[in-house]
Amino acid sequence: MWKFIHQLASPPHFYRIAQILIPWLAVPGLLLIGYGTYAGLFLAPMDYQQGDAFRIIYVHVPSAYLSMLAYMTMAVSAGIGLIWRIKLSHAVAAAAAPLGAWFTFLALATGSIWGKPMWGTWWEWGDPRLTSELIMLFLYFGYMALRGAIDDTSKADRASAVLALVGAVNVPIIHFSVEWWSSLHQGPTLIKEGGPAMDPGMLYPLLAMILGFTLVFGALLLRRVRAEVLFRERRTRWVKDLVLSGGN
Amino acid sequence: MDLSMGGYGAYVWTCFILAGVVLVVCEWRARLRHRRVYRDIEVRIKALGDSQ
Repeated sequence: MWKFIHQLASPPHFYRIAQILIPWLAVPGLLLIGYGTYAGLFLAPMDYQQGDAFRIIYVHVPSAYLSMLAYMTMAVSAGIGLIWRIKLSHAVAAAAAPLGAWFTFLALATGSIWGKPMWGTWWEWGDPRLTSELIMLFLYFGYMALRGAIDDTSKADRASAVLALVGAVNVPIIHFSVEWWSSLHQGPTLIKEGGPAMDPGMLYPLLAMILGFTLVFGALLLRRVRAEVLFRERRTRWVKDLVLSGGN
Repeated sequence: MDLSMGGYGAYVWTCFILAGVVLVVCEWRARLRHRRVYRDIEVRIKALGDSQ
């Protein structure tokens, strides 16, 4: 096991393994998203309070969940890179940031669109869930801007890792904000005492969407990490051999 | 199949289309980044080969 992990941390080995793994994550992920979309839009029963507007949950919840998962991936990888100086960890952190920013934008946009018919407003500045999620988008922007502002890769890795770790405090705040403070946003639906508060006909498509989005995120992350590894290792022998052999 | 989503169609469809666009953009940008890095390395290797 340790040998496998040690090998995986080697950039050339990771580069090859990632290429093999991408379709194994992307294909089932897209199939699950296809099922979840169809079942969520057309098979799941209508919500008795929100009507068909509740179907936005099938893209809003997976994107909000991924916005936090991407941040934790970024922060944990950056932390590992900072403490154990594993180069690949910094590459993972750098690759996770733009994906996290996209999914945070999607969570905010779909939440805002959902909020208009349900709350009567696109945005509420006083709401802790909305505001803390927006802060996370700014943390992603800050992380990427900091990386872009420092030419030396190892210095950029260290500085951005500190920012990623400090910003990680925002993740539990986002998650628990609806319990700690008064919020327009509804409380937890899936992770709560007594199990999920949803009809199985609504729940299964949602779980399929969450799993599908997670698998696709994994594939996207691996694709981005491969590009990051290639850039960081561009002066090494194995990259030269790879390019000269026409490999991908 | 009620495509109007009980009057909420504009909200629901916009969200699903937006999600699809984000997934496509993420994939496209990841591929683009890889292609650019790969091409830069190709150019550098060729330039080094020409100069030697």
